Amino acid sequence: MASIDSGAEQGGKKGPGVKKAKKLSTRVDMTPMVDLGFLLITFFVFTATMSSPTTLDLNMPKDIKKQDEQTEVKESSVLTIMLGKGDQVYYYEGKLVVDATGNNFKQTTFKGIRDIIINKKKEVMDRYYQRPDPACEAEAKAKGKPVSNCADKDFVVIIKPSDDATYKNTVDILDEMTINQVRTYAMVKIADVEYELIKKTEESNGIK
Amino acid sequence: MPSAKIPKRSTDTDMTPFVDIAFLILSFFIMATKFKPPEPVEITTPGSVLSQKLPENNAVMISIDSANRVYFTVLSDNDQNKYDQIIRGINTSQNLGLTDAQMANFRKTYLVGVPFSGLKQLLDTDFKDQPKLSQPGIPVLDTLNNQLVWWIKEAKSAFAGEKLNYLIKGDGLSKYPTFYAVVQALKKNEEFKYNLVTQLDDVPVGSALYKAEQEKEK
Repeated sequence: MASIDSGAEQGGKKGPGVKKAKKLSTRVDMTPMVDLGFLLITFFVFTATMSSPTTLDLNMPKDIKKQDEQTEVKESSVLTIMLGKGDQVYYYEGKLVVDATGNNFKQTTFKGIRDIIINKKKEVMDRYYQRPDPACEAEAKAKGKPVSNCADKDFVVIIKPSDDATYKNTVDILDEMTINQVRTYAMVKIADVEYELIKKTEESNGIK
Repeated sequence: MPSAKIPKRSTDTDMTPFVDIAFLILSFFIMATKFKPPEPVEITTPGSVLSQKLPENNAVMISIDSANRVYFTVLSDNDQNKYDQIIRGINTSQNLGLTDAQMANFRKTYLVGVPFSGLKQLLDTDFKDQPKLSQPGIPVLDTLNNQLVWWIKEAKSAFAGEKLNYLIKGDGLSKYPTFYAVVQALKKNEEFKYNLVTQLDDVPVGSALYKAEQEKEK
């Protein structure tokens, strides 16, 4: 009962019957609202999945049993890349030669392999420019494709991941093909000789 | 000497613009957030320079986790009947004797990572509890008992006449032989075109692809 204010006393000062409403400030304390706002921002920032996954196409060839149906490639324009343990890359150009005079089996890393692919591609293309093939160029022109497609048509990269290679290595090397615009590449199972060589190299280099 | 008097200023600041910005950012994040589907297995995909988008429907996703375990997922939000067709096909071809309730649960099962012998137990588990189950992975490494071949075969026949994408989502640390076995399983089903799920990387400056893209922009 005591809390009920008749207001008569207040009004009584100025005059009877004149009530003056108390002017309230229009300012609202926004601090709690800001608090809540930022709390929500933090929550959504953390849960947001901004980068949507992308895909990399992979086409595998059909297994061909017959020898004469297999695609032949020029030995001089082939680069074979093998993937080993500990993100190591091994490669050789043309055919694998292992004898007393030295072998062409070399080691590099994912950083180094790009230059090797670029150099090999350039070498193959230079060889083509010395002896261009007019028939191929005419065909490319007729189909509306760039003539440069003929220059690197012989260039083939063979990818041979070993059993110790990770999936990341495999995707990385396929990516490298896209980056360097290698149009012909194939993924092949590694040969025993090559795997032995990788193991030997790994042992001598102390890669576990 | 009397010290200089500093007029007392109000500590109140006008927070309206501040609130405006805060809520602007908030609404942006609410819009941009797309909640991840609950993923029972954590898979970190490697990066790639290709910016092709991932198909989210009519796809079969084969996941490989960091411990080389293989999981099978069917992505078909548009037509739920496909799930029934696949599990029914598996049930018949493998003589598993699954009940209708177990087969109905396959619709909600996000991924299968068990051999056929463990399928009953997996489908008996409520889909909410399935992530807690430790799944050993579908056996693939044994060429004579590559069970993934069967799963793909059933998916292929369920999606007959439609385009079906094969997604391979591998963890960067998984080993190559498992990936090879998965590819072999797909090859056995006469499927030669796959999509590897990756994260977007930048194209290295100065590379052949970079130059080609620059020319295209011109």
